[in-house]
Amino acid sequence: MIPLSWYLIFAAALFSIGLYGVFARKNAVGILMGIELMLNAININLVAFWRYLNPTDMAGQVFALMVFAVSASEVAVGLALVISIYRRRKTIAADEVHELKW
Amino acid sequence: MEITTLIWLAPLPPLLAFFLIILFTNRNNRLSHTIAVGAAGISWLLSMLIFWAAIGQPHFGEEHVFESAISWLPVGAGSFEIGVMIDPLSALTLFFVGWTVLMIFIYSIGYHNFGQPKGDHDHAGLPPHGAAVKHGDHTHTVPSIEPMYARFFAFIGLFAFGMYTLVVSDNLLTLFVGWEIMGLCSYLLIGFWYGKESARDAAKKAFMTTRIGDVFMLLGVAYLYTATGTLNFRAILHNEAVLETLAHADSGFFGLSAAGLIGMFLFIGAIGKSAQFPLHVWLPDAMEGPTPVSAMIHAATMVSAGVYMVIRMFPLLEAGGVLPALAFIGALTAIFAATIALAQNDVKRVLAYSTISQLGFMVAALGIGAYIAAAFHLVTHAFFKALLFLGSGSVIHGMEHGVLHTGDHDVDPQDMFNMGGLRKKMPKTFWTFLIGGFALSGFPLVTAGFWSKDEILADAWAHHHETVFWTLAVAALLTAFYTMRQITLTFLGKPRTKEAEHAHESANTMTWPLIILAVFALGLGWIGIPEHFPVLGGLLLPGWLHEFLGGTLLHHPAAIEFEMFPLLVSIGVALGGLTLGWLVYRNVKAGAPDPLRRPLGPIYSLLQNKYYFDELYDFLFVRPAMWFSEQFTYLFLDRGIIDGILHMAARFSYWLGGFFRNAIDKPIVNGFGDLVGFSTSDFGHWFRRIQTGRVQQYMLAAGLVTFIGLFFYLFTLQP
Repeated sequence: MIPLSWYLIFAAALFSIGLYGVFARKNAVGILMGIELMLNAININLVAFWRYLNPTDMAGQVFALMVFAVSASEVAVGLALVISIYRRRKTIAADEVHELKW
Repeated sequence: MEITTLIWLAPLPPLLAFFLIILFTNRNNRLSHTIAVGAAGISWLLSMLIFWAAIGQPHFGEEHVFESAISWLPVGAGSFEIGVMIDPLSALTLFFVGWTVLMIFIYSIGYHNFGQPKGDHDHAGLPPHGAAVKHGDHTHTVPSIEPMYARFFAFIGLFAFGMYTLVVSDNLLTLFVGWEIMGLCSYLLIGFWYGKESARDAAKKAFMTTRIGDVFMLLGVAYLYTATGTLNFRAILHNEAVLETLAHADSGFFGLSAAGLIGMFLFIGAIGKSAQFPLHVWLPDAMEGPTPVSAMIHAATMVSAGVYMVIRMFPLLEAGGVLPALAFIGALTAIFAATIALAQNDVKRVLAYSTISQLGFMVAALGIGAYIAAAFHLVTHAFFKALLFLGSGSVIHGMEHGVLHTGDHDVDPQDMFNMGGLRKKMPKTFWTFLIGGFALSGFPLVTAGFWSKDEILADAWAHHHETVFWTLAVAALLTAFYTMRQITLTFLGKPRTKEAEHAHESANTMTWPLIILAVFALGLGWIGIPEHFPVLGGLLLPGWLHEFLGGTLLHHPAAIEFEMFPLLVSIGVALGGLTLGWLVYRNVKAGAPDPLRRPLGPIYSLLQNKYYFDELYDFLFVRPAMWFSEQFTYLFLDRGIIDGILHMAARFSYWLGGFFRNAIDKPIVNGFGDLVGFSTSDFGHWFRRIQTGRVQQYMLAAGLVTFIGLFFYLFTLQP
């Protein structure tokens, strides 16, 4: 059986890739995608911990399902915002949308 | 009912009337005068009952009098009492006060034009100017009703209360209360037409001049109370021991005894009230008031009060030895005022000076010890002088009628030289005025004034006061002369102006009081005919007044022997004066000057200007007082010292306030507040730069903080 640490390393790698995407991408859609990657990395952790540490309890799977639902709605809102910004300003570069400041 | 109850009640109706009118009925003229006249009527009735009861008592005054007193004001060991007392003197005074007050009240209804329309341009505080009335196709002007009609009746009601109080009171304190109430009413009534500056000035002058006398009188009252412990008349004056003690106690002033000093103080009070020299100046000016006021205050009642008080306190004055001062002042005033009256043209002013002169007669009579003669003259004078004043008011009213008819308001309706021939226009006024004038002159036998004046002269002669006798005889001659001058100028001859031609007899409410008073001016003398007078002496009431009034004193004064010489002098001066007056003034033409002006020369203008007394007092007292109040009190004391202190305090407070502001408030309190505010603001300015608006930088910051926090948690807080 594949040891737990592999799953954890994989999840950490996936999280880091997502985090990098969130910080480094200019494209707002790319940022959203990075967020999705990070959320999925967490899901992997949840499911892995459930399977290896406490398989009788359903809490890990329920958490993962909850995160799916939340991330789906978050992407829906996020994409709607991005489209709305694009329609107004013909750009989806995150560093060009910086009016909300002092 | 007990007679004392009646005495208690006698002064009250006019007071009640005063309050009723002032508080409730002052908008209703008819109701107001009904209340006032009704109150005067009740008081009159009570006075007559009391008088009747008094003359019915055998030896009234000697053994007992009507008296009653209650404790009023506790002071120290004893208490001031308020009480009433009727002895022969006050009974007689009550008699004439009751009659004259009632007559004057009734007269006032007509005088203030009750029943006439409201004036077109009348203002409260000014005499009525007349109202235009349409009569078919033409308008003419008629007299208009006094704008402050009800107020007048309220004031004279209060005045009557003061006089009644003064007469019935049994002690000096309540007498003084009545005295002062009258002083106040005199002020209010002289200044009744307060819209006229002259009336305002006259009111102030009267009030302040009498005030000088009143202050001295109060001193006398206080001293008397300190010395004897009581102010009751009977307790002091009917007690030889008290009088003896007072006469021998040294007062420490001018070598006078206590009785002498008290007597002087009281006499000075009387000088002010009865307008004797040198405080006589207020009375002529007081003629600014409405004529009923002149009659009431300045002839019949208030000025009599001074003489009444002196008569009342006579035994004390006698014990104190101040009678020569009375004789001197009285005789001087009598002749001095009589000379001024010679050169006055205002019909009321002549009467004013004659009042001063006649009061001088009374005071002089007291000064020579002629107690009963003074009281007798007081009574007869009250009647005939009230009659003369009311008559002059009627004349003025008639002349005002003429002025309204012609519309020429430059004609002074009070100037006798504008009159003449009024005898046919105003017959009732003429005959009553003639009776009053003859009584004043002392027309022999038929007038009251003759008997009382003769009594004074006879007394002066009998007691060997030749100087007083001759002074008074000359004054009587002058009196007859100026009275006849007045009658001749006013009523006889031909009208000198169109206004006099159109004069008109006054209303019945004015003429009836004149007629009633005229009856007394004629008949009242009969009560005082000396017993041994030839033919008439034993006829009616032989020596009644002497017998009756003598009971007031402890020792019944002896009746004087009858002598022919003073009687002849008295008849001679009266008839001589009247004849001279008629001869000199019977043919004065319109616009002609006074026939006396040429022969008297500068003396005439001296008399016309009243010996320049007003100017002298103005120079001696009024202007120094003004200077003092302006320069010292106002500029130095008030502006300099009091304001100076205030300004200094203000400047110090201002400086102190500035110090606090600059040294404490601004640097410390404000500085701290500002520091907090500005530093917060500065920090905010600097710190807001982290808010870039780039969502990824926020994310980075959040990530870093989370990472550092996690790191810190894991590696430092965990054991």
